[in-house]
Amino acid sequence: MTKVLELRSVVKAYDNKPILKKISFEVNSGEIFGLLGPNGAGKTTIIRVANHITAPDKGKVILKGRNKARFLSKKIGYLPEERGLYKKMKVTEQVLYLAQLKGLTKEAALKKAKIWFDKLEISTWRDRYIEELSKGMQQKVQFVTTVLHEPELLILDEPFSGFDPVNAELIKKHILELKEAGTSIILSTHNMGSVEELCDRIALVNAGEIILTGPVKELRKQYSEGMYSVVFKGHTAVFSNTLWTGGEIVSIIERDEFTEAIVKMSGRISIKDIIRAIIEKVEVVSFNEILPTMNDIFIKLIKK
Amino acid sequence: MNWSIIKLIIEREFFTRVRKKSFVVMTLLAPFLIAALMIFSVWLSVRDNQTQKIIVVDDNYPSFSILKNQPGIQFEVMDITLIQAQTLLHESDFTAVLYLPKNIVASNVGKLFVKSMPSALTQRKIEKQVEGIIEHQKLLINKIDPAVYAKIDTEFNLSPYKIGKPGDEKKVNSDQAYIGFVFGIFIYVFIIMYCSQVMRGVIEEKVNRIVEVIVSSVKPFELMLGKILGIALVGLTQFVLWGLLTLVVFMAAKGLFFQDYYNPETIQQLQMSGDIAKQFQDESLTSVNIYDPNNIINRINFPVMLSLFLFYFIGGYLFYSALFAAVGSIIDNEADTQQFMVPLTLPLLLAYIISASVIKNPDGAMAVWFSIIPFTSPVVMMVRAAVGVGGGGGIPIWQVGLSMLALVIGFIVTTYIAAKIYRTGILMYGKKASFKEVIKWIGYKN
Repeated sequence: MTKVLELRSVVKAYDNKPILKKISFEVNSGEIFGLLGPNGAGKTTIIRVANHITAPDKGKVILKGRNKARFLSKKIGYLPEERGLYKKMKVTEQVLYLAQLKGLTKEAALKKAKIWFDKLEISTWRDRYIEELSKGMQQKVQFVTTVLHEPELLILDEPFSGFDPVNAELIKKHILELKEAGTSIILSTHNMGSVEELCDRIALVNAGEIILTGPVKELRKQYSEGMYSVVFKGHTAVFSNTLWTGGEIVSIIERDEFTEAIVKMSGRISIKDIIRAIIEKVEVVSFNEILPTMNDIFIKLIKK
Repeated sequence: MNWSIIKLIIEREFFTRVRKKSFVVMTLLAPFLIAALMIFSVWLSVRDNQTQKIIVVDDNYPSFSILKNQPGIQFEVMDITLIQAQTLLHESDFTAVLYLPKNIVASNVGKLFVKSMPSALTQRKIEKQVEGIIEHQKLLINKIDPAVYAKIDTEFNLSPYKIGKPGDEKKVNSDQAYIGFVFGIFIYVFIIMYCSQVMRGVIEEKVNRIVEVIVSSVKPFELMLGKILGIALVGLTQFVLWGLLTLVVFMAAKGLFFQDYYNPETIQQLQMSGDIAKQFQDESLTSVNIYDPNNIINRINFPVMLSLFLFYFIGGYLFYSALFAAVGSIIDNEADTQQFMVPLTLPLLLAYIISASVIKNPDGAMAVWFSIIPFTSPVVMMVRAAVGVGGGGGIPIWQVGLSMLALVIGFIVTTYIAAKIYRTGILMYGKKASFKEVIKWIGYKN
């Protein structure tokens, strides 16, 4: 995997107030990198630095192996959180204008625009003025302007906000397609569901520092609290006795056919031994580890 | 700097503005308004809409019975009191009461009571007649032969000439500065008008948040420059269209409404009457003759003035527009514009005020300095240049050259400073920046 973007010890301050304190991370080709953090953590500044809109006070921003590669910013597609288009321009004009600013010829841009208009079902709106469009429709146009020039790095800030579930799904589908095609994507969002669903790796930013980074699956494992869901047929008391010092039942739901117990394992007895012991006494339907959601991890770490 | 990108930005700025309804309406309507205004003022000066029927109350009756009717003025000398005359005026179709009191020969003051104001020309005609009669009476009192008086009555005129080398002299026509003032006002209005468009454009992009997308592919300076040049093109397009349309409309209207005044016979008559008037030292009675080579309009060197106008409009616009763009970048909504706009419009306003006094003394130290300082030069220099550029009578060429150079350097400096404020300002949201902070932005690295 090749590094598409790398931030090395980036420091940025405004009015002597530190906004970013030695931020370092990298985004590899073909991965979705989640940039998480509470409001005011410095995400927007990180994005601006990555985008070469603002220069860091210290540290390096390396795009495709090159430092100070402002001219390479044409390889970036940026969807800011606060969306905006020229209201007095027609959809096609707007898309062509922004694509030409990114270095595409008018003809090439037009060809690509047609394809994307079809993909996002906005072809019939292409001669309308932006101000005549609904918010969701404008968002779609903005998405097209972001991806039209086939950027190698996409920076998406809250890409799903403002979309209804159907359209959010549509956008998600296209984001995944772009990833499959090898595009690297930085996804900044508060929607933890989409982080778990889409992101390969994340960085959690708080107060200008990265306090957690790594692959989503590993992080969830790392923050696992030993919670398991056990579904079985048999007496609850027998199950409870069998567990003994191996774990503590957090909650239990008895249904007609089977019982579901949420158990917090103590770690004193290995999971293998516990399973073996339970199987002898009750009929086990399923035994699953409950991993913490990114939401849980986020709240836990930020509250610290 | 990437000029192909700047060209794209210029195109967008230009075409989105030019096709706006407000641009089309303004461009089409303004010439009609200007032409209408011009025609209206000409019309006002040449004709009264109603014949003045004037009751003359003569306390020295019948001294003034010799008042003669003129086209548009009818006198009716009556031996009644002022009160009676005023009552009569009220109840009849008379339009005015001319009151000539007992001591008029000593005081030289009469009164005119009117229902509605007659034109200045009509008033002047009445004054002239009364003046003639009073003069005649004074001649009689002093036992002076009117024929002799006509020979000795003198009006002395002083014509200032400016001399370069001995023999190289040129008449100084400071009255032409009035025409320059009109040019100056246009520059003042246009600079504010188009610079405000630049500012509004910047605010729009900032409020829309599109600026963030744009500056991710374009340098802020390129965006600012593209916007400024695009709007300059809009302005020039509007000028050219206005110029052409105004000319067409004015010509058409002139043909329609003032045929009499422009057919050769009338011109001849007017010129003759002008000659006669001159004999009697009575120029003010004739209306302005646009065919007279000494006429103020004909003394203006229009090619030079229009070239200077173009230069100072573009130069002044560029000088101020970058600053207006910087102001636009500081604020996030138009309501906050006032606070930052005042320091910008103040020098322009100052230029306008100074110009009024420059008219009287286009060669004074104040006039020279303010026509060189770029903050005021676009307006002030127009006033001075109307007197003429170079030669014995005009303002020195080096002053015009220095003023132009200062404006070019000035615009490079303002653009440089403004660009630094702009690139930081466009990304700042939320809190309103103070002057102190803005000054700090100039020093920011990026």
